[in-house]
Amino acid sequence: MQVSMIVNGEEVTREIEGRLLLVHFLRDDLGLTGTHWGCDTSNCGTCVVWLDGEPVKSCTVLAAMAGGHEVRTVEDLEQGGELDPVQRGFMECHGLQCGFCTPGMMMTARALLDRNPDPSEGEIREAISGQICRCTGYATIVRSVRWAAAHEASTPAGGAS
Amino acid sequence: MTTTDERPAGFEKNDHKPVGHGRMLRKEDPRFIRGKGRYVDDVQLPGMLHCAILRAPVAHARIVSIDTSAAEAHPKVKAVVTGATLTGLGLAWMPTLSGDVQAVLATDKVRFQGQEVAFVVAEDRYAARDALELIDVEYDVLDPVIDVRKALDPSAPVIRDDLDGKRNNHIFDWETGDEAATEAVFASADVVVSEDIVYPRVHPAPMETCGCVADYDRIDSRLTLWSTSQAPHAHRTLYAIVAGLPEHKIRVISPDIGGGFGGKVPIYPGYVCAIVGSIVTGKPVKWMEDRSENLTSTGFARDYIMRGEIAATRDGRILAVRTNVLADHGAFNGVAAPVKYPAGFFGVFTGSYDLQAAYCKMTAVYTNKAPGGVAYACSFRITEAVYLVERIVDCLAYELKMDPVELRIKNFIQPEQFPYRTKTGWLYDSGDYEPTMRKALEIAGYDDLRKEQAERRARGELMGIGVAFFTEAVGAGPRKDMDILGLGMADGCELRVHPTGKAVVRLSVQSQGQGHETTFAQIVAEEIGIPPADIDVVHGDTDQTPFGLGTYGSRSTPVSGAAAALVARKVRDKARIIASGMLEVSVADLEWVKGAFHVKGDPEKSVTIQDIAMRAHGAGDLPEGIEGGLEAQICYNPENLTYPHGAYICVVDIDPGTAQVKVRRFVAVDDCGTRINPMIIEGQVHRGLTDGVGMALMEMIAFDEDGNCLGGSLMDYLIPTALEVPDWETGFTVTPSPHHPIGAKGVGESATVGSPPAIVNAVVDALRPFGIRHADMPLTPSRVWDAMRGVPRPPV
Ligand code: FES
Ligand code: FES
Repeated sequence: MQVSMIVNGEEVTREIEGRLLLVHFLRDDLGLTGTHWGCDTSNCGTCVVWLDGEPVKSCTVLAAMAGGHEVRTVEDLEQGGELDPVQRGFMECHGLQCGFCTPGMMMTARALLDRNPDPSEGEIREAISGQICRCTGYATIVRSVRWAAAHEASTPAGGAS
Repeated sequence: MTTTDERPAGFEKNDHKPVGHGRMLRKEDPRFIRGKGRYVDDVQLPGMLHCAILRAPVAHARIVSIDTSAAEAHPKVKAVVTGATLTGLGLAWMPTLSGDVQAVLATDKVRFQGQEVAFVVAEDRYAARDALELIDVEYDVLDPVIDVRKALDPSAPVIRDDLDGKRNNHIFDWETGDEAATEAVFASADVVVSEDIVYPRVHPAPMETCGCVADYDRIDSRLTLWSTSQAPHAHRTLYAIVAGLPEHKIRVISPDIGGGFGGKVPIYPGYVCAIVGSIVTGKPVKWMEDRSENLTSTGFARDYIMRGEIAATRDGRILAVRTNVLADHGAFNGVAAPVKYPAGFFGVFTGSYDLQAAYCKMTAVYTNKAPGGVAYACSFRITEAVYLVERIVDCLAYELKMDPVELRIKNFIQPEQFPYRTKTGWLYDSGDYEPTMRKALEIAGYDDLRKEQAERRARGELMGIGVAFFTEAVGAGPRKDMDILGLGMADGCELRVHPTGKAVVRLSVQSQGQGHETTFAQIVAEEIGIPPADIDVVHGDTDQTPFGLGTYGSRSTPVSGAAAALVARKVRDKARIIASGMLEVSVADLEWVKGAFHVKGDPEKSVTIQDIAMRAHGAGDLPEGIEGGLEAQICYNPENLTYPHGAYICVVDIDPGTAQVKVRRFVAVDDCGTRINPMIIEGQVHRGLTDGVGMALMEMIAFDEDGNCLGGSLMDYLIPTALEVPDWETGFTVTPSPHHPIGAKGVGESATVGSPPAIVNAVVDALRPFGIRHADMPLTPSRVWDAMRGVPRPPV
């Protein structure tokens, strides 16, 4: 079947199988490999992207279901060469180690901050509780999101070394 | 309260300054935070095919027949391979890392649920999976051996009848220490306490599962393998041996790895299947396991059933520790430990205490469960050893009605006793335990916590305070003692300084998230004065890096980190000679101040390392006998292991109505010697503490009596989320290792080792009103509930 959707602001149209998961569509068909695949039971959250502005687990959405909708992935967080404060926060506060859960965590964090610009530690933990990080122990992720909340309006530092 | 090392003012630009150690942001992060990490599953090659593996649905069965014809007829299928096909190629069995063999694809029998039986190569991942459904296997189901305590019963079915003359399920017996001397001490001791302690089977479950892309080039007979490997060089050598491919024609690339924790040390059948798939089809072949394959078939950890015994005087002087262990190794002995150490470094079960005697006897057996044994941040079984001793010491404190902190401090090995030879033969390099313990007490506010506990107990609330103190032995290892399948556990390192003073350092170890690109640039920077930002770290590619055994057992900093420091010193020695020529003074008149050589007494006369690099490559004369260029290489053989230690304190609250354990606070004070990047160290500690919460309270790979794995998905195998863990409180002390060039010790597994006993000790402490002295992990609500009813039960 044919599916069309907006991914990171651009319209894409592809011929796909009806059973194709959105995570595999993004990764294998569009080459957007920042979104990861970490489980078979919708538990890990390494696959989180936005569907019409809401974080969703892209392993639990068929690509066909995203037809006609807007998808946003980690590759779109950096805008016009400027890193999102969430991205800077993760670097500043060591919110990642292997980086595998990071794109999903950042997409959830961005959505949280859009709704709640000053989340408490508990609210951040709640927001990411559907996702697993096996490396950081979460405290630095919480700090990263807090850092982003505190730096939303400031000038980006660039990010490249 | 969080005692993070704050970033000193002006340190933001540390990566541009000629200093090394300190909190520096990670060089690898810019790609990860943009979604530009390159993991194995991100590799897409033109014409690439996909491999999927058919797995055994039962734990023990004879294969009667396999019919692949329907799968072969699938329009998108390119190849279907069974054990019979592999037998023809001589590849049906492969050596494990501990001298056993493991089936790549089952030929005669399946020996655990999830074992590899056949594989399909097809045009896409979905079609490959579809074709698996079309393979028809007839099994003759056999009785499985699931209860490890019955594995040696004479009536138990023999699992490994593939081994010549094998008539039982026994793998090995192992002992350490002095049995008679220990018995003598126990016989005359005032107090003897014993307890049955189980460390259940757990799984590393990194967020990225295992997988590879194999690309066999028929024209050159060259194999390129992108692989989730923690040890690319060791893997290359093993592929050369297993598959008979010449080693120089194999290139193993471990790109970004999404966590390893030991689970990516072994070679799994899936890698071999993908390689065979590529050889057979002439196309690149990707194999990426799903989560349930990861949890049911790749390397598990622990699974020790231990009887711990401790002997002491009535006033709390610990005299001896003794243990008997039954080790479940699954269907194949796939433990990745140095050859002479079949039980890994379990010998450090004597802990941090000055004992008169110690003895351990262990028996390892086969069962119809997945093979493995040491995967999961265990520092080669030190996790089990530390859990045993720290639990049994708490049992002793319980019996003596003594404070567990006081009991530990009273028995610590004293600073002047180092280097300290333990009763099981380990040479602890250095340690100063009491200040580390005191620091943890101070951060935790221990005395106040005990007061609070007394008040809460009086109100019927269940609050527990748990203490653990550990000493680890990490950095395997001295080649006189340690090898894996004959490969010495040394690590190579190469450093090349380019004409403009930038550098590249090539490592034999491989990062799975530990931040090697940063830490190793810092180690070299500290020694040679080139800013870390100007040092490129190359790792994870056998064509680009020198030989070495890889990253596990917290060995990167102790072994490879030492290699990096020493190779930089070698380059600096050469730079000094070139500088003496440039400044026209003798070598003895030069002084090194980070980044430049000065003439002693005349600091104006100096040359920087960058000036020297240009001269080394430039025109003009060099001092007599000195070759051009500025580079060096080294193969570092550690003289000893390094022995980090730490003091952990955990505070839990248990809901008396639901038996739910909540970790309220956790204080971790680690001493890993010289600290290279405090931010990265703190991150590694946080990681291990989270592991500890998982293992102590949630995680377990259980089996039913038929051998069905009950932990085969993340719905069944529970891993802590942000809601189950507290905000960690960390601190540190520094006792440098005398056996490491910069005094560093490993830290990657310290918290995984030290936290489970602290948490369990806290839970047991909370349950003291019920007269509980011990309860086994995982302390899930139902198991805590049982304990509160006075019937704690072992998990296996
Ligand atoms: S891949 Fe695990 S939740 Fe989507
Ligand atoms: S950084 Fe490795 S899983 Fe989160």
